[in-house]
Amino acid sequence: MRKVSSFLIAVLAMHATVFAQGRGRGGAPAPPQTAKAAAPIDLAGYWVSVVTEDWRYRMVMPTKGDYQGVPMTPEARKIADTWDPAKEEASGDLCKAYGAPAILRVPGRLHITWQDDQTLRVDTDAGKQTRIFHFGNWSAPGGGPHTIQGDSVAAWEGGGRGATDGALKVTTTNLKAGFLRKNGVPYSDNASLTEYYELITQPDGSPLLVVTISTTDSMYLRQPFVITSQFKKEASDAKWHPADCSASW
Amino acid sequence: MECSMTRRTMVAFAIFALTTAPAFAEIDLSGSWQSINHEDSLERGGGPYPDDWTGVPFNESGRAKALSFSQSIISMPERTCWFQTQWHIAAGPFSLRMWAVPDPITGKVQAWMVGAWETRAPMTIWMDGRPHPSKNAPHDQTGFTTGAWNGNELVATTTHLKTGYIRRNGAASSDQATITTHFRRHGDLLTLTLIMDDPVYLTEPYILTRSYNLSTNPVAIGGPPCIVGDEGVESGRVPHYLPGKNPFTAEMTKYYGIPSEAAMGGAETMYPEYREKIKAAFKRPEKCTINCG
Repeated sequence: MRKVSSFLIAVLAMHATVFAQGRGRGGAPAPPQTAKAAAPIDLAGYWVSVVTEDWRYRMVMPTKGDYQGVPMTPEARKIADTWDPAKEEASGDLCKAYGAPAILRVPGRLHITWQDDQTLRVDTDAGKQTRIFHFGNWSAPGGGPHTIQGDSVAAWEGGGRGATDGALKVTTTNLKAGFLRKNGVPYSDNASLTEYYELITQPDGSPLLVVTISTTDSMYLRQPFVITSQFKKEASDAKWHPADCSASW
Repeated sequence: MECSMTRRTMVAFAIFALTTAPAFAEIDLSGSWQSINHEDSLERGGGPYPDDWTGVPFNESGRAKALSFSQSIISMPERTCWFQTQWHIAAGPFSLRMWAVPDPITGKVQAWMVGAWETRAPMTIWMDGRPHPSKNAPHDQTGFTTGAWNGNELVATTTHLKTGYIRRNGAASSDQATITTHFRRHGDLLTLTLIMDDPVYLTEPYILTRSYNLSTNPVAIGGPPCIVGDEGVESGRVPHYLPGKNPFTAEMTKYYGIPSEAAMGGAETMYPEYREKIKAAFKRPEKCTINCG
């Protein structure tokens, strides 16, 4: 009977160890891995927007006063009602709708690369923007200026054991105020952003990048503004066409 | 004899333990999920404009079918429940209720259920490895769905659907369509990616993503069924528009300045290059006058 008990305990221990190892959890402490080496999914490459949602707010200039779907505060509405595309053009600040909360809604292409082992970089051809995702113990420098793409901290979630369910969670703060939509729907410089980057395997086997974007802004949003953008992978940079920001198209 | 039994038990246990995944390979999706309708708010709520097929990867048949659509068609007994396929999860505004159904003998999850607030039958996602029926088996609005875990992602495949819709203005799906639904949970946030493949009406998969918040307000497990009734359409009459006779093909131009060719959809309307193609023809109206949010 003791033999049986010992055997069962051994099997259970092996069972736990096998699966724990597969997920990189438990057991003896593993040597620290870089974010690049630990990546459960490969986001690197060129990606093109697939615009099947909110088409008239993204593919053309949205009409003044059209705020469908955005949980705006009354204050935000007042500000958006004063939006004037001619004044925006004249101001020279043309990239207000290309900040981190909105850039993945702008139709275009992403080029995702590893800047180094702990830093992922996302370039966009639309608006020529660059986002930098810092892994590890990086923290945003305090007191620095707020910027259009803010400061982003990244971490991997899930994945392992041969599954492709891993996700990249990105938290962004220190944003400069901008527009959620080109027709002046505002977010403030107190806004923050949580994003999940995930790969979906399509029925034909090709990857689809799906990004869930949740913007929080106590000044201009009554609740987090949650949207998702999707991108198909492209084989090369053949269709990469950098273009300046525009406030009128 | 006892020794032999013990040995057999030990071997069976060892095989079971070493070949089955532990519970943490899956994630609990059960609960009430409140729909976040920040995207496609009008389309999912009040409904799309009758000629808004922007971003739909139609082929010529799909476009012709949509242009022939008259809303009165759902007064026909044969079409009353046309809107109630599982695609309504993506195209409608409703929240979800999800729960697991255990096998009464083994206790393993036999199926995941995706309940509806209304107007759609609950989706049963069979998790027990059963195959899809023959392609000649009956099709209905609910279809037949199987699921599999990819780590913490649930992937569901739906076939055997009746002809239905992909947008509530006549953009149709055929009975050969397949819907693949990916469920991804991040804490209290659930993201669904739905991919419609339809060789009859689409040139490319049509992809929509939807998000939900976990809620303590219970979402109904099932809504009232779609009931076919007599709405006064005389037998033999099929409401429709003949080619070139649809009177609603200028709405998107009228209200949003969007060129009619863009409103007619097609795969190219899904990609960034298309913006340049319509830039000259686009005329932004001065102000929003209807459905402004």
